[in-house]
Amino acid sequence: MQNGSEPRKHTIAVLVENRFGVLSRVAGLFSARGYNIESLSVGETLDPTVSRMTLVVRGDEFVIEQVIKQLHKLIDVIKVTDLSEENHVEREMILVKVNAERTFRAEILRIADIFRAKVVDVTPVTYTLEATGEESKMTAIIELLRPFGIQELVRTGKVAIARGSKSRTRKVDEKLGKAREPAPPLKEPARDIGFED
Amino acid sequence: MKLTGARIFLECLKREGVDIVFGLPGGAVLPIYDALYDFPGLRHILVRQEAAAGHAAEGYSRTTGRVGVALVTSGPAATNLVTALQDAYMDSIPIVAFTGQVPTHLIGNDAFQEADNVGITRSCTKHNFLVKDGNDLAPMIKEAFYIAATGRPGPVHVDLPKDVLVKEWLFEYPEKVHLRSYNPTYEGHPGQIKKAAKSILRAKRPVLYVGGGAISSDASEEVQRLAELTQIPVTTTLMGLGAFPSEHPLSLEMLGMHGTYYANMAVHNSDCLIAVGARFDDRVTGKVELFAPQAEIIHIDIDPSSISKNIKVHIPIVGDARRVLTKLVEEIEKEMREGVPSIVREARKQWAEQIADWRARFPLRYDWDDEVIKPQYVMQEISNLTRGEALIVTGVGQHQMWAAQYYRFKHPRAWCTSGGLGTMGYGLPTALGVQAAHPDRLVVNIDGDGSFVMNSQELATLYESRLPVKTVIINNGYHGMVRQWQEIIYKERYCAVDVSSGPDFVKLAEAYGCVGIRATKPSEVVPALEKAFSTPGPVVVDMMVDREEDVFPMVPAGGANKDMILERPNKEVKAKAAKSQTGF
Repeated sequence: MQNGSEPRKHTIAVLVENRFGVLSRVAGLFSARGYNIESLSVGETLDPTVSRMTLVVRGDEFVIEQVIKQLHKLIDVIKVTDLSEENHVEREMILVKVNAERTFRAEILRIADIFRAKVVDVTPVTYTLEATGEESKMTAIIELLRPFGIQELVRTGKVAIARGSKSRTRKVDEKLGKAREPAPPLKEPARDIGFED
Repeated sequence: MKLTGARIFLECLKREGVDIVFGLPGGAVLPIYDALYDFPGLRHILVRQEAAAGHAAEGYSRTTGRVGVALVTSGPAATNLVTALQDAYMDSIPIVAFTGQVPTHLIGNDAFQEADNVGITRSCTKHNFLVKDGNDLAPMIKEAFYIAATGRPGPVHVDLPKDVLVKEWLFEYPEKVHLRSYNPTYEGHPGQIKKAAKSILRAKRPVLYVGGGAISSDASEEVQRLAELTQIPVTTTLMGLGAFPSEHPLSLEMLGMHGTYYANMAVHNSDCLIAVGARFDDRVTGKVELFAPQAEIIHIDIDPSSISKNIKVHIPIVGDARRVLTKLVEEIEKEMREGVPSIVREARKQWAEQIADWRARFPLRYDWDDEVIKPQYVMQEISNLTRGEALIVTGVGQHQMWAAQYYRFKHPRAWCTSGGLGTMGYGLPTALGVQAAHPDRLVVNIDGDGSFVMNSQELATLYESRLPVKTVIINNGYHGMVRQWQEIIYKERYCAVDVSSGPDFVKLAEAYGCVGIRATKPSEVVPALEKAFSTPGPVVVDMMVDREEDVFPMVPAGGANKDMILERPNKEVKAKAAKSQTGF
């Protein structure tokens, strides 16, 4: 459908049955309908029968509406949330193997320090760094390391969670009619303000 | 109780109330066929190609409202079945298809007749299962039937590895299905229904646009009640034919690419379009920007993803068509007690007059010929001779559109056609399934000569299983619809459309043990049909029709519905049609 709003990036959280074939159902849906996934990450939730996927998709409002509806239509999908609609935290981790000749070793460590990146492997000629953060931060560190010569770069894809005290998986449990231990009372009143780091 | 997987499979079908299975055996499903040998109460109909098993299940399902079942083996059988699955998926027909699979320890080893069945059918089914553990067999079959029949219906595929069928497992059929991730919405939102009622009552030029969903949810009575209560004209899609009687004074018949002029003009000029179980398919809308541009659109559909997919909907109501319409009628009755403003009354009168005028000026028409059989005439005579009471199945192409235009539909679930996928060869195997479900009724397969040969091997099934389907082949020696497009849009550059070399359909029918009849002149049409309908057993009528007849009206693909071509166009119109091609 045409005349939608400007295309923009959406971060969508999808709770699915932790079953064989689910990932390919989701990936197949995107390829069959011509939507583009910018990143996708999957992992088990606290409940081992449920997995959580974080998808980053670009599209106008109509495309995103269809993406969400089509995801819902998959039998194994339990819940779909567009996190971009609410206040949320997004993170991505990268592992980067960068050339580190003697003359640049200190400089690279300084950059790592600025971005709170960790050195996870060292050789006489390379450093492997681990960094975590928002997309813009990851882009920045990659750009700063690029001049030294990046040997290899691995990105996890985004994971995201809504800010605030409300739990998304808890809601699902209620929806599924599953009893659950009430969460221990918070010592301080919950704050929905959150913070940026 | 411990049973083999094969026996469990059969017990599950029995518990689901399955009476007929359409199938074709092979290595991986041999354990099932062995168990079937002395299993009472289940009729197996042996088809001659696996796609036919799927189509037969579709025909069974569409005309009975129950889930159709197909059973085939692994590898090539499963890939043959794919066309039928996609066909059922696009037309929302509930079937459950079972395929064999190599034993679990061989999966992925490129074993003989192995294919990644669930990988292949994932995108053409509502859901699919690979049964890796025999303890999951009964629950998965239960879920398969449940998923196929509920919500927006569709095909479900279950892949059965041979070792699962051979080994013994504890059998217990689950009473209930609970799928935490699958809860279709049946009841419409009361607020939305109220909004829709108000919109319908203030509309000056309303139209009901009814699709196959109205048939799936058995809502045709409710459609008729709503139409009569509010005096709103009704147009149906190809899949919706039969949901509203063609001869009802409010009927506008079919809309879209080959719909009636009055249906398309009414939709184009309407100010309130009420879509019921329809999906705004491109063959209905034409150019979307120019589809019902002034209308407030109310869309009743059980599938939320159908809403605002192609056309922006103003009042969406997610729910089962029948339940929503029942509530909507109640709501409208309540509102009507408070009276309808005279201004609306007056506008409605003018609207009815306007539609009557379109209808009178541009009815469906064709030129009669004393020498050559016009295909439209054949449809009219089939309609007359059966009094609209037959179960009609078609292939895909020109004959399908003529049947849709000229057959006078009276009842729902009496029309099977491949709407979404346009599967040539759909006719004969589907008719076979329909006849199996309704042994005492007249089943007519209206087919094309191009379409028929794609599955003509099923004549053997008809003969062997005593299924007296009457096939009427509209034989113009062409892939007629393709020829028509090449004529109108591609400057008469006919390429690869002439199929007049045969076969001789009378001899072909006889070779399979069926009766063959040929008609070559208009005067022979009625006697040929009468003979066909009164002859016991399967019959094929070879109707030699006008080779160059075209289907009109016609909206060239990508064009606007209001710019229909009403009769054989001259050069200028053809040039314009060629230009309007937007690539599909």
